[in-house]
Amino acid sequence: MAEKPILERLKTLADAAKYDASCASSGTTKRDSRSGKGIGSTEGMGICHAYAPDGRCISLLKLLLTNHCVFDCHYCVNRKSSNVERARFTPQEVADLTLSFYKRNYIEGLFLSSGIIRNSNHTMEMLVETARILREEQDFRGYIHLKTIPEADPEIVQRAGLYADRVSINVELPTDAGLTRLAPDKNAGQIDGAMAGMNSAIVEAKDAKKRFRHAPRFAPAGQSTQMIIGADAASDTDIVTRASSLYTRHRLRRVYYSAFSPIPDASAVLPLKRPPLIREHRLYQSDWLMRFYGYAPHEVAAAAGADGMLPLDIDPKLAWALKFRESFPVDVNRAPKEALLRVPGLGTRAVGQILMARRHRRLRLEDVAKMTVSVKKVQPFIVTIDWRPVLLTDRADLKALLAPKAEQLELFVA
Amino acid sequence: MTGHKELELQHVRLGTYYVVPMATSDDFEEWRDHARRLLMADVPPDRVAWTEPGGSAGDLFSHGDRRLPAPDRDAAPPRVSRRFIEIARTALLNSDYKRFSLLYRVLWRLQAKPKLIEDMADPDVRAMADMAREVRRDIHKMRAFVRFRVVEEEGRPGEDRSEHYVAWFEPFHHILRHNAGFFTRRFANMRWSILTPRGSLHWDGKTLHEGPPATRADAPGGDPAEDLWRSYYASIFNPARLKIGAMLKEMPRKYWKNMPEAQLIPELIAGAQAREAAMVEKGALDMGERPATLGAIERAIHACARCPIGELHNTAVMGEGPQSVAEGFSGLMIVGEQPGDHEDQQGRPFVGPAGQLLDVHLAEAGIDRSAAYVTNAVKHFKYVPKVVRGSKRRLHQNPSAKEIDVCRWWVESERMIVQPRLVLAMGASAARGMLGKTVSITKARGSPIPLDGIDGVGGSELWVTAHPSYLLRLDGAGREEQERLFRIDLAAVAARLAELA
Repeated sequence: MAEKPILERLKTLADAAKYDASCASSGTTKRDSRSGKGIGSTEGMGICHAYAPDGRCISLLKLLLTNHCVFDCHYCVNRKSSNVERARFTPQEVADLTLSFYKRNYIEGLFLSSGIIRNSNHTMEMLVETARILREEQDFRGYIHLKTIPEADPEIVQRAGLYADRVSINVELPTDAGLTRLAPDKNAGQIDGAMAGMNSAIVEAKDAKKRFRHAPRFAPAGQSTQMIIGADAASDTDIVTRASSLYTRHRLRRVYYSAFSPIPDASAVLPLKRPPLIREHRLYQSDWLMRFYGYAPHEVAAAAGADGMLPLDIDPKLAWALKFRESFPVDVNRAPKEALLRVPGLGTRAVGQILMARRHRRLRLEDVAKMTVSVKKVQPFIVTIDWRPVLLTDRADLKALLAPKAEQLELFVA
Repeated sequence: MTGHKELELQHVRLGTYYVVPMATSDDFEEWRDHARRLLMADVPPDRVAWTEPGGSAGDLFSHGDRRLPAPDRDAAPPRVSRRFIEIARTALLNSDYKRFSLLYRVLWRLQAKPKLIEDMADPDVRAMADMAREVRRDIHKMRAFVRFRVVEEEGRPGEDRSEHYVAWFEPFHHILRHNAGFFTRRFANMRWSILTPRGSLHWDGKTLHEGPPATRADAPGGDPAEDLWRSYYASIFNPARLKIGAMLKEMPRKYWKNMPEAQLIPELIAGAQAREAAMVEKGALDMGERPATLGAIERAIHACARCPIGELHNTAVMGEGPQSVAEGFSGLMIVGEQPGDHEDQQGRPFVGPAGQLLDVHLAEAGIDRSAAYVTNAVKHFKYVPKVVRGSKRRLHQNPSAKEIDVCRWWVESERMIVQPRLVLAMGASAARGMLGKTVSITKARGSPIPLDGIDGVGGSELWVTAHPSYLLRLDGAGREEQERLFRIDLAAVAARLAELA
C-alpha cells in the first residue's frame, strides 16, 4: 500500500496523540551537545515552545507511531472498532521529523506512543528503535518520553529506559472496574506490575550510577501516568486516593488527569456527557495540595462533599479551609510554615516571602497584600499586627463572600 | 563591550550631583564598578543619575558632574550578600531605565542593613525582584519562541553547501547576550544566527560573534518545514477544550508575530465549537435514560436510527419469551446476531432456517425454548439488495463492530430487565454485544465468562457458542465436527442451568 505524504500522516498521528495530557520536558539530567556531533540540550527546567488554544503547552513533538490498534478500548479514538483514518510512520521518519523540528527550535524533543500493531512486543520494539536511532545514530541529546506498553516483555520495556528521559504507562481509568468495562483488553494487574518493574529498574540504575560513574543512564526523569476523568463513575475521592497510592508505591513523578472529551466515532458504551473541564482543574489543584502543600490524601478527601466530589465553584484548598475553620485564623508573624501553606490564597512563593520578611519586620496587612495576588481572599484566614478577622470565619456566608462570581466561572466552563 | 573612558577622580563635594553615563545596557560588571566607586565615596543614591547608552539624564541632572568622586583612601571596599548580586545581575538586564538607580539605592541601603534583601515587603527590594522576574521570563520566552529558518548557503572552501539557521526575534529586555550560552550549548554543531533590533549573534560551530542590530528584512521569509509545524500545531489542539485565557497567559499576543504557528490561532478558535459539535454528533450518542420495561425497549427500537442499519427498509425485531419465574422463565437468555429475512418479515427472532436448526438442538439438549428469553444483539436486519436468478433478494450482511456497540444499549437494557442467570451468546457478534469486545469463539466456548451487572444491577454469566447459521453454511466433515461441538456447548449450558436453578 502506498503511504500518504508525510504531511497527511503527521496530521492523523498528531491528532491521535492529542488525548495524552502530558507534554512535560522537565526533571531530567543536565546535558548539552558541545562534546558531541549531534544537537540538543536539557537544562532541568522544561520549555514550552508554544501553547495551543486549548491552553496546553507544546513542548514535545507528541506523536503516535501508528494509530492502527488491535485493542478495543471504548474511550480511545484509535480502538480497533473505530472508523478513524489510519496511518503509520517508520521509526526513521519520526526521528527525521523530530530533528527537523528541533533544529528550528520548535520543540524540546519527542513524546512517542503507539497503537498496538501485530503484538505488544513488536510495537514496543518499534518505539525503542525510534529512540535508538535518535540517540545512537543522530547523537540527539534533547528530551525523549516513551510511552511503554505494559503487555510487552519487561526486557523490551526496560530497554526504553536506556534511551528515554521519561517513560510512562497509563493506568487509563481510576478504578479497576472502570478498566474492565471500558478497556476490555487491558489488565489492571499487568499495568501495576509493569509500573512496579519500571520503578525498580529506575531505582536500581540510580543506585548503580552512584557506585559506577559509567553506569548507563536510565529514565532520569522517572515515570508518569495518566488517568481519564469522567469516563467512569469514579469520584474525586477515589481518584485522589488512587493517585496518592501511585505516587507512593511506584514513585511516579506525575499523575496526569485527562478529562474525557468527546472523540470522533465514539463507542456506544460511552453515552457520556463530557465532564466539566473545571473538574480536571480541581483534581490538579488537589494533586498540588498533596505534593507541595503538605496535605494528606484523606485531608483532600475531607474537602470533598458527601458524594466524594470536590466542589467545582471553589478550589479544594478553600473548600478545606471552610470546612475546618477551627484551624484559622493563622498569625502570619508567628505561624509555622505548614500552617501558612494552608491559608487559601497563599502560594508557596508567598509563604517563602512571608517567612523571610518576618525576620525583619512585624508584618501588617498591607505587607501581606504586596506578596499575594488577592489580599481579599487571604484576609479572613490570617492575623497580622493590624488585622484580626473578627468572627469572620464563623460567618455562614463566608463561602459566598469568597467564591468567585458566577460570571468569572463562565470562562472555564465554556 | 567597549571599555569606558578613563574616569578622573576627585573628592566628593557636598551638594554635587553626578551623572553616570552607562556605556552598555547589559554589562553588570560596568555597573558594579561605578556603584562601588560611588559607594566608597559615600555618594547617596539621590545624588546620582544613571543614563542608558545614548540617553540623557534629563533636566534635573543636566548640570551634573560627570566625573565620579574619588573614594577615601582608607574606605573599606563595600560588601554585599550573594543574594543581592544574583538578583541584581538579572534585574540589570531589564529595559526599564530606572534599573541602574534602583539597584544602587538598594545597594546603598544594604550597607546599613545587610539583611534588607530578604525583606520582600520592602518596596525597593520588591521592585528589584519584580524587574528580575520580568527578565527571567523574557529569557525563558526567548528560548521557547525563537524560530529558526533554514537558508542553504555555499559552504566554506572544501565543504558542501551548508545549512544556516537564522532567526529574527524581538526581546523586551537586554537578554540577547545572556541567552547566547543556551543556544550555543543546544545547537553546538549547527551554524546559526539570531537577529534582533538590539544586536545579533552568530555561531559558526566553533565561535560566537556579535553583530550590529538587524531588521526583520535581514532574516529569511519562510521555511518549508513550517507547513509541517503548522499542521502539527493545528492537529495537536483539542477543539473540545478551548482555554484561550490559559494560552494567552503563557503566550501573550506580543510574541505571536514571529511565530509561524500563531497565525493559525484565530481560525482554530473560530472553528473549535463547530468541530466539537460535529465530533459529538458523529460520535457519542446520548442514549438518554435506560428504558425500564421491555415494552419501552420495543417502542424505542422501532424508532431507532442510531446506526445506518436502522435506516434500511426493515422492521426491528424484539426479543421474546417469559421474563419472570411466574411466567415460567428458566433463567436462560439466548442471544443471536441479528434478524434475518424471515425474522424481519415475521417480526420474531429465530424463526428462519437457523432458528429451526436451533430448535432441534435445544430439544436434543433438553432446553425448553419457550422457557428462555430469546433475542438478538442487533435489532434490525442488515442486508444488501441483490438480484439473484431474476428475483430480488436481500443478502445478509454482518453488522460492524460499531453497529453492534450502538445496539448494546438495547440488549443490555433487556438483560437488566430480564435478569437471566445465564446468557448464551451464539456467534461472534452476539458475544461482542454482550462483552463489548470481540472474542474468538474457539477460545471462549466451553466455560463461563462473568458478566458485570448493568448500572450495578444483576450480574450474570455468559456462555459462548457458534451461531446455528454457521453450521448451515458448512457441509461434510466440517459440519459434523461443528455440530458435535455445538451439542457439547448446549449440553454444558443445560447442565449449568440446572445447577444454577
